[in-house]
Formats: sequence, C-alpha cells, structure tokens
Amino acid sequence: MNTKPIIQTSHLSKIYKTGTLETIALENISFEIQKGEFVAIMGPSGSGKSTLMHILGALDKPTTGIYLLDGKNVEKLTDDELAEIRNQKIGFIFQAYNLLPRTTALKNVILPMIYAGVPKEERMEKAKKYLNLVGLSDRMEHTSNQLSGGQQQRVAIARALSMNPAILLADEPTGNIASVQAEEIMAIFQKLNDDGHTIVMITHEHDIAQHAKRIIHIRDGKIIEDGNGHKQKKIPACAGR
Amino acid sequence: MDYLELFLESIGTLTLNKTRTGLAILGIVIGIGSVIALVSLGQTSQQAIQSQIESLGSNLLTVRPGSINQSGVRGAAGGRTTLTLDDAKAISSSPQITTVNSVSPESEQRTQVTTGGNNTNTEIMGVEPVYAQVHNVTMASGNFITQTDVDSMTKVAVLGPQVVTDLFGEGANPIGQSIRVKGQTLTVIGVTTSKGGTGFMNQDDIIYVPLTTVQKQLFGTNYLSSIVVEAKSAEVMVDAQDEVGYLLLARHNLKDPASADFSIMNQQDILNTVSATTGTFTALLSGIAAISLLVGGIGIMNIMLVTVTERTREIGLRKALGAKKKVITAQFLMESIILTFSGGIIGVIVGIITSYIISDLINAAFVISPSAILLAFAVSAGIGILFGWYPANKAANLQPIEALRYE
Repeated sequence: MNTKPIIQTSHLSKIYKTGTLETIALENISFEIQKGEFVAIMGPSGSGKSTLMHILGALDKPTTGIYLLDGKNVEKLTDDELAEIRNQKIGFIFQAYNLLPRTTALKNVILPMIYAGVPKEERMEKAKKYLNLVGLSDRMEHTSNQLSGGQQQRVAIARALSMNPAILLADEPTGNIASVQAEEIMAIFQKLNDDGHTIVMITHEHDIAQHAKRIIHIRDGKIIEDGNGHKQKKIPACAGR
Repeated sequence: MDYLELFLESIGTLTLNKTRTGLAILGIVIGIGSVIALVSLGQTSQQAIQSQIESLGSNLLTVRPGSINQSGVRGAAGGRTTLTLDDAKAISSSPQITTVNSVSPESEQRTQVTTGGNNTNTEIMGVEPVYAQVHNVTMASGNFITQTDVDSMTKVAVLGPQVVTDLFGEGANPIGQSIRVKGQTLTVIGVTTSKGGTGFMNQDDIIYVPLTTVQKQLFGTNYLSSIVVEAKSAEVMVDAQDEVGYLLLARHNLKDPASADFSIMNQQDILNTVSATTGTFTALLSGIAAISLLVGGIGIMNIMLVTVTERTREIGLRKALGAKKKVITAQFLMESIILTFSGGIIGVIVGIITSYIISDLINAAFVISPSAILLAFAVSAGIGILFGWYPANKAANLQPIEALRYE
C-alpha cells in the first residue's frame, strides 16, 4: 500500500505585493493529505483559504515553502508541465462554476479530455457517463446559460471528474446555489469519496463542512485547527443533537 | 487536439460574435479588393494606351528635323527646317534602302479653321496618299487624299471626327461643304473613322490636306515636319533606322552621326517610354492599395487583441483545465487565419468584380492579374499569421490564476 501523502505542504507562505505594501495571504502552512481523504478547509473570507486552494490546484505558486503534489515539487515545473498536472491529476470545481459560455454541457465536460488527447469516441462516452453520474443525462445538449446554478455546478463536477483525477479540489462548491441543491451536490461528493476519490473542499458553511472527515480551520493565513477523524465524528453528532 | 477540431472550434467562436467578425473581415476585404482592383486598373489603362499607340501604325520610324545633340547643346526637335520632300523621295527610291516598305512625308501645323459661324483650332496635316496606309487611317465616309490631289494641289480636306463635331455639329455630314484655312477655301471630301484618344493625345482632332496644297498654298514652306518610314517588319527596325540615318547624313553632307540635323525616333522607344510611365502609375496605385491592406491587417490585430482581453477568463479556465501554451496560441492563430482567409477570398471576388466594372466603364479590355491575386492572398495569409501571432502569444502567456480573476 502506498503511504505517501498525495498532498504535502511545508511552511508555505504567499505574500502579495502592491507597490510597497505587502499583504501576507498565507503564512507557514504545513499539512499532509492522504489518498482517499475528504477534507474541508474552513475560514472566514480573507483568511487565505482560496489562495491556498489555488496553490494546491497548481494554478498559483507559493512565495516560499514547498508543495509536493503526488511527490512532485510543483515549483520546479514549467508552465506546460503544470498544465499537464492540472489536466491529469486535479479536478478543479470553481465557486463560479466557470463553464465555457454558450457551450453545451457535453462540450464543457469534454474539454479537458480534448486537451489530454483522449480519442473522440472514448471522451464522448466518458462525458456521458459522468453527466449521468451527476444526474444531468437529459441536459447534455443545453448550453451553460440555459442551466440553473445547481445544474451548472453539477456540469463543473462532471468536468472535474472527466479525467479521473487523483484529487478533487472544490472552492465553495455550494456557495452560489440553493440549499436543496447543495445537499444533492454533497451527496455526490460523499459518493465519490466512498468510491476512493480524494476531495479537498473550501467552505464557510458549517453544515456543508460536516460532510468531510477532516476540517482544517484557517484564519489570517494560518492554520488554527486541524481536526482529525475522531473529532470529526463528534461534531455531526452534536450538530444533529 | 487535431487541426480539424481546432478549425471547427474557431469557426464556432467566430460565429458567436457575428458583427465583430464581419467588421474584421471587411477590413481585409477592402484591402485585398483594392489591391486587385487598382493593379488591374493600372494594367488595363496600360494596355489601352499601348493599343492606342499601336493604332498609329506599326513598325514606324519617325524622322524629325533638328538635332539630338549638337556640341552638347540639345536643340529643340522640330525647331529646325532641314527635312525636304526630296529627302523623303530619296528614302523611298534609294537602292541602299532595302528594309523600308513605304515613306510618308508629312507637314503638320496647328491653325484656326472656320466654317460658317463655327471655328476651331486644329491640326492641319499635309499628307500623301501613302499616309492612310502607314497610319492605319480608315474612312467613315467619302475618300482620302489621292495622288491626283497631291499632283494638282487640289484644295480639298479630309476631316477627323472631332473636327466634324467642332465645326458642323455631332453626326453632321460635311462632305461637299467648305472650310476656310489661312484665307483659302477647302472642300471636304471625306471623314475618317475615330481612332480614339483623349486630350492632347486626341487623334481625331485633325484635318488631312494634300501635302503640296499645305506647302505651296497654305503655309508657303518647303520643309516637312516629319518623314514617317514604315519598316518591312519589326525585326528590321534597327537596320531601317541605320539605313535611313546614313542616307540622310550623306544627303545633308554630314560625316559625324553626332552632328545630325535630324532625329529618328523608333516607335518602340515611344512605347517603352509610355509603358514606363503607366508602370509608375500602376506602382503608385498598388502602393495605395498596400496601405489599405496594412490597415486591414492592423484591424484584424485590433480585433484579436480585444478578443483576447475579453476572453481572458476563458483563457484562464482553459489553462486551468490543462490547455498548454501551444494549444492556446494555435486557437487564437487559427481564428485570425480564418478571418484573413475568408476576407481574402471575398476580397479577391470583390476585386475581380470591381475591376470588371471599371474596365467596362472606361471601355478597355478586362485585364486581371493572376500575380496580383496571388500576392494579395499571400499577403493576407501573412497578415493573419503576423498580426494574429502577437495576440495569440499574449493569450498563451497569461497566468491562469490572474486570467481567472480578471474582471
């Protein structure tokens, strides 16, 4: 069994410079995430959780510190190698869905597979499979602006899954949608995690975070609490009363 | 991502914003279309002028009085009186002249001509019957000057169509009417067909009168304004030029060709001069057209830059999903190539139609230059790549996270 963590960060920091003003977004972040975990990152807005997510998703680079993604030092990779990593290993679910405008659900899901060079028939088949999984088999030919927020988010999930990535990164996946739909999406996440997908999710909603097995709390760019599995199990019990 | 897929994807993106795509294409259409239309306009007029000069007659040498160069001082051509009718007769009868077909002595002078209430200032051309053959003169009605007219100094005149219009009104039949030139009354015996030409090159604004009548009765001069020599063929033009030149030198008792008191102009020289002039004209037009092509290209670049800015988020997303630089570059390059190519094709069609209309309007033969089409097309493809490359590269180098954050 491979015990190497899929995500490993040590002393990550991110500093934004605007003129002479320095803003510290992240400071001394160190943690590990093992394969198959379902982690929620919580924190108030401005706590740096989105910045952390972007670094984890290889969309951004830390100012200092080391980030090993599946054993590879992300900082040493070229732009094109990063693109490949994002394509092959990471499924990113954005808060704002970020679907291609005026493009069908099917084409949106196919897009990462086009970049990966998956043969035409295979990617068609896969896209249909994942759209089916998120319950959108009857909406495949709808363009993104013809879909509701929850439907768009489900298309984004199908897209993130299409390359069968090692990690799913979700940035406030339920932030823009109604609570009923949010529950549906969490159910999908739960199912994916049960199937062995590693999921890292940002949220500021407690009841959404309860679905995760581990919660990392961030404030002012620092980890203030990293709840383990035991503690996790208690919280839903309390919440449920 | 194969090229067919890329192509279809680009077509899809371009059709999303039809107005902008249309305007970008329009720039290229105007550029390419004007290159083709203007180059073909230049070539059409060049051919029209050449065929006009050729209608003056073929294989002609024109001997004019005056020197080409005398002791470094160039004399005015035609300003001296050195050529006589005897010179012309010698050329046609000398045994040393073997390459000459016919010789037309001519005496030409501008003067005022009146009839009834009308008058005009026109060319009086004293000719012998051979003139009609040498200069391809054909008659619309009546007869040309005959040898009898020349021998007996008849007071007759043959009018060019422009003179008929000026003196008698358009379409009038002047035959049998009389005109007054230099106090003499001449009877009109014929009208020539139109040779075309406009302005100072108008070959229809002329009156033909027997040479002897002009010399003895109208202007009282024994000299000729030119002797036009028709060579036997285009190949012997240079030989004919030499033969006539040496004969005239001998007749005028001159040893050194440099001190000749006449000049011989080869028709080919005139043609070359005119060709060079119209060539410059064509080049000028092409230059103007090239500028509009450049402006069209910059228009494409502008549109592509706007597109890149507007689609920054999309580019960021594509990169986040794993698009490599090459793919982004190819996508934007493909879009600008499609723009310029479709603009190029429409431009070629528009250019051909325009030049057809122009050639129809100026009554010239329709000339289309394949090289202009090829060049214009190559340039448009070049513009597509050149002006598309910068925005495409700009898009490819965007950092995904900054592109995604772009508002």
